[in-house]
Amino acid sequence: MLKDQLEQIREQAQDQIKNEVKNAQQLDEFRVKYLGKKGELTALLRGMSELSAEERPIIGQLANDVRSFLENKIQEAAQEFEKSAMADELKNDVIDITMPGKIKKLGKKHPLTSVTEEIEEVFISMGYEIAEGPEIEFDYYNFKALNTPEDHPARDLQDTFYINDRIVLRTQTSPVQIRVMENTKPPIKIICPGRVYRSDIADATHTPVFHQIEALVVDKGVTMGDLIGTLKLFAKKIFGENTNIRLRPHHFPFTEPSAEVDVSCWVCGGVGCRVCKQEGWIEILGAGMVHPNVLEMCGIDSKEYSGFAFGLGIERTAMGKYNIDDLRLLYENDIRFVSQF
Amino acid sequence: MKIPVSWIKDYVDINIDTDKLCDIFTLSGTKVDGVEKQGDKIKNVFTGRILEVTPHPDADKLRVTKVTTGDGEVQIVTGAPNITEESVGKIVPVALVGAELPDGKKISKGKLRGVESCGMLCSVDELDLDPDEYPNASDHGIWILPDETPIGIDMRDYLKLTDTIIDFEITPNRPDCLSVLGVAREASALLAQPFRKPTINLKEDGVSVNELVSVEVLDYELCPRYAARVVTDVKIGPSPAWMQSKLKASGIRAINNIVDITNFVMLETGQPMHGFDLDKIADSKIIVRRAASGEKVVTLDDKERTLNNDMLVISDANSAIAVAGIMGCGNSEVDSDTTTILFESAIFNRACVRRGSKHIGIRTESSGRFEKGLDLETTIYALDRAAMLVEMIGAGRVCKDRIDCVQRMPEKKRITFNPQRINQLLGTNIPTEQMVDILVSFEFEFNETVSEVIVPIFRQDVEIEADIIEEIARHFDYNNIKPTLLEGKATTVGGRSYEQKIRKNILDTVLSCGYSEIYTYSFISPKEFDKLNLPQDDTLRNAVQIKNPLGEDFSIMRTTTLASMLECLSINYNRRAEDVRLFEMANVYIPSDQDDEQVSENDEGYHKKVTLPVQIPMLTIGAYGDGADYYEIKGVCEEVFDKLKIKKFNYEPVTDNPTFHPGKTAAIYIKGELAGIIGEIHPLVVQNYECGKDTIAAYLLIDVLIKNSSDKMKVKPLPKFPAVTRDIAMVVDDGISAGKIDAIVKNKAGQIFESLKLFDVYKGEQLKSGTKSIAYSIIFRSPDRTLTDDEVNKSMDNIYKALKEKLGAELR
Ligand SMILES: [Zn+2]
Repeated sequence: MLKDQLEQIREQAQDQIKNEVKNAQQLDEFRVKYLGKKGELTALLRGMSELSAEERPIIGQLANDVRSFLENKIQEAAQEFEKSAMADELKNDVIDITMPGKIKKLGKKHPLTSVTEEIEEVFISMGYEIAEGPEIEFDYYNFKALNTPEDHPARDLQDTFYINDRIVLRTQTSPVQIRVMENTKPPIKIICPGRVYRSDIADATHTPVFHQIEALVVDKGVTMGDLIGTLKLFAKKIFGENTNIRLRPHHFPFTEPSAEVDVSCWVCGGVGCRVCKQEGWIEILGAGMVHPNVLEMCGIDSKEYSGFAFGLGIERTAMGKYNIDDLRLLYENDIRFVSQF
Repeated sequence: MKIPVSWIKDYVDINIDTDKLCDIFTLSGTKVDGVEKQGDKIKNVFTGRILEVTPHPDADKLRVTKVTTGDGEVQIVTGAPNITEESVGKIVPVALVGAELPDGKKISKGKLRGVESCGMLCSVDELDLDPDEYPNASDHGIWILPDETPIGIDMRDYLKLTDTIIDFEITPNRPDCLSVLGVAREASALLAQPFRKPTINLKEDGVSVNELVSVEVLDYELCPRYAARVVTDVKIGPSPAWMQSKLKASGIRAINNIVDITNFVMLETGQPMHGFDLDKIADSKIIVRRAASGEKVVTLDDKERTLNNDMLVISDANSAIAVAGIMGCGNSEVDSDTTTILFESAIFNRACVRRGSKHIGIRTESSGRFEKGLDLETTIYALDRAAMLVEMIGAGRVCKDRIDCVQRMPEKKRITFNPQRINQLLGTNIPTEQMVDILVSFEFEFNETVSEVIVPIFRQDVEIEADIIEEIARHFDYNNIKPTLLEGKATTVGGRSYEQKIRKNILDTVLSCGYSEIYTYSFISPKEFDKLNLPQDDTLRNAVQIKNPLGEDFSIMRTTTLASMLECLSINYNRRAEDVRLFEMANVYIPSDQDDEQVSENDEGYHKKVTLPVQIPMLTIGAYGDGADYYEIKGVCEEVFDKLKIKKFNYEPVTDNPTFHPGKTAAIYIKGELAGIIGEIHPLVVQNYECGKDTIAAYLLIDVLIKNSSDKMKVKPLPKFPAVTRDIAMVVDDGISAGKIDAIVKNKAGQIFESLKLFDVYKGEQLKSGTKSIAYSIIFRSPDRTLTDDEVNKSMDNIYKALKEKLGAELR
């Protein structure tokens, strides 16, 4: 009797919650109707006391089942309503995703720093140290120790800034190599980045202040093959995997043999274009085996040790990498230029 | 140096095309800078006959012609006044449709006043030819060619514009290659073709030169060799066409047979020559001597030059007749009446010519060559070659004998030849025989045992084994050397030093604060000190001076980076950039305080005895606009300190820095050492630089930052117990700084103090004037227990009491 009624409540409730309860309020009414203090199930259970001792546990069990069944159903429905209520709310909570972002701008690294750091990283990964030296330098280190005799055209007053007859603004970063060789026993493996000076009036391709980076390796048995291999690797890392290099014999006072090094044009890949003046090659580096006189001047036995050195201009490399057509832009620091990097 | 290929071919067979030849030159060190094919700019222009000339129906000044260049006929309208009915039958250059002219003009079919025209008749000018060379051509009209000219000939062939001219970049160590023979010698070695240097063959049918002239060299150091020949019965006139065309193709104008011979020999051998009119030489006496100090001469360009005692002159019995190696003088110049010529071929000291040419401000083809250095053998060859050419073209009678003043001839250098060491340095396996062949092809010789290389005299650049190695390597081609990567050699760890890492940290931190990096010149104008408002006796005005600056604006090495920063901010401000934040990491240069005056600049050990100026790296920050203020840059500095783990720093007001605002400027000290200045720029300085009025700047001494930095850190465990926060607000005198309050709070809060944060400053109506309200949150925490109210209250009481006593703070 009571059992049938319980079953009936379960069915009736299941039917009702499925078909009639459409919102949270109706769900609440539903809960009150069945589980409230005056609800149907509660009312029914009051009749429990009239049951026999055998029946009571059975019916009790059943009543609990029905109650938890209802409670589950109510909870499920409640979650459902909550979800759909949130979805409704979200539907109206809309922003204009195209309005400007609010990030605090980072500053921009100067292209000369970017190029310098990039080159430094390549060499650091190959075990090089970074050496630095004075920009206001003795002519001894800038010229004489670099096998550049007194009447060499490079020493003409028109190229070099002088402080007095014996002190100059260094025209190259090579004097740093001398200072290192004087004070270090081989193996030596350094790069020397830095600021250098030549007395050129500023134009699209010259500035009186510019930057170089040079590399120097000295040890027993260092060969020209090592120089060429290092240059090849360097060129590929800086200008891209498909870059080729070409060495042309040249003359520098502090290396012998000496070479100028071209890299295949980064614009056309070597077929010829405006940037490479149709040559397919762009001259970028000077290189060579350290001149024995230079080693000896630094107190390194040139019979026992050999070495190579090479250098390149940072500005020139930056101009190539970033398609800059006027060097002066790099020193003018117009924020519209700077902020592009 | 420009050399026509045909001239090189006079001395060596070249059986490859020009492109390949250029590659071979370039890859062996004789760089080809450019190639010009003569006649390259003239296309589709032929000789043609005028068949008919009729008036233009609608234009008086135009005529309609019918022309043939061989097959068929074309109609061409011309406006040239010299084409009339009488021109029928004449031969003219005809540019057909599709033709290209030197000025870039392309000829296409068109109509002139309604009449079709299929080409153009050309003038000398339109073919870019020198009118002087075609004196019979009409000045303002079509070039009428000789009647016997065949028609249908390409004008390039007619003009013999078929040569290719190569422009070589000769490195300064190879003066021997500044000559056609030198370049031909290279070609011969590189192409393995025999080298045909012209052999000297002279009749010498005049009297002996010694009867006509005497030469005395007074300074063999400055003139190691002086040789001369005399030519009598000179007939000045034009040189033959072959010589003129070679000179022209090399970029030198033909003048007359004698001048042309000297130029020809200079180009051919590299040895500059000079011709004097012997009749104008007083007492027929040549003296090579130093110029007297202040000696004046009039050079061939009609200018008076004042010489000095370091220069060398060629003089006759009375006065200088040439500035040695640089330029002749008018008083001995060869002219159309000259009948006797003295040819000079000499060597002058490189440095002497270089300094002399700079002193009087003339550089000539000749001086440029002397500066690079010439060899003592070519002197005689060139002189004899000139004499031979005189005989060859019938320009005069060459006297017997030559004068040759030379004190001693250089010996041929000998260098040890060790093939194994050569391969070792190059990283190659070149067989010894190949090395020998290469060196022999460059005219090196060997002793009997092939253990020594003997260097030819003309190779003054070759001195040591490394030079020999370069000769072999450049013939072998550098690009054939197998690349290797120092396997097993020079194995070093590498990396940035601590200082370099810290500098990079500083850079990255400032970038991340929104400041962009700039690069500025290291030299500035002394006027910047005035603009920075520095008093006359300010130590910053004591700067390193450049002796030869690019003008006053770049004349001193900067002692402050602020000037460059303010210039940059100003440029941007004046270009209407609304807000700008910049920084630079660069050096200032401070003169050495050591007194080095007594060390002579001639002292060999100068660089060991004298101290160089000191360079000090600076971080300079500058900004204006968009809320950039003192506190923002202070924040940037503190971000840098945080990154560098610099914990102890403090600020002191700076009221007397003339560049900065007296009330809005601070000095930063790290452990008592001055680390930098931050502040608003003084309004006067802002005016001077035309910056925005809210311009802020700071500089920090990077070395002080590095010294106090650390890259070590240990993570602190996260707190296990809750913090207690108490707010405190007080009214204090306006002059009391937040820093002072901070210090008292930190000092009095006791062990349980964690941090404090200023959250409000108020000045205004509700307060007594001259006072401000200032409010902080103070955070307390213990690492090992939850704090009780009592503990915190006790600390707060201490703080209250101290603030009251020390600052007279009124707590609210
Ligand atoms: Zn290209």
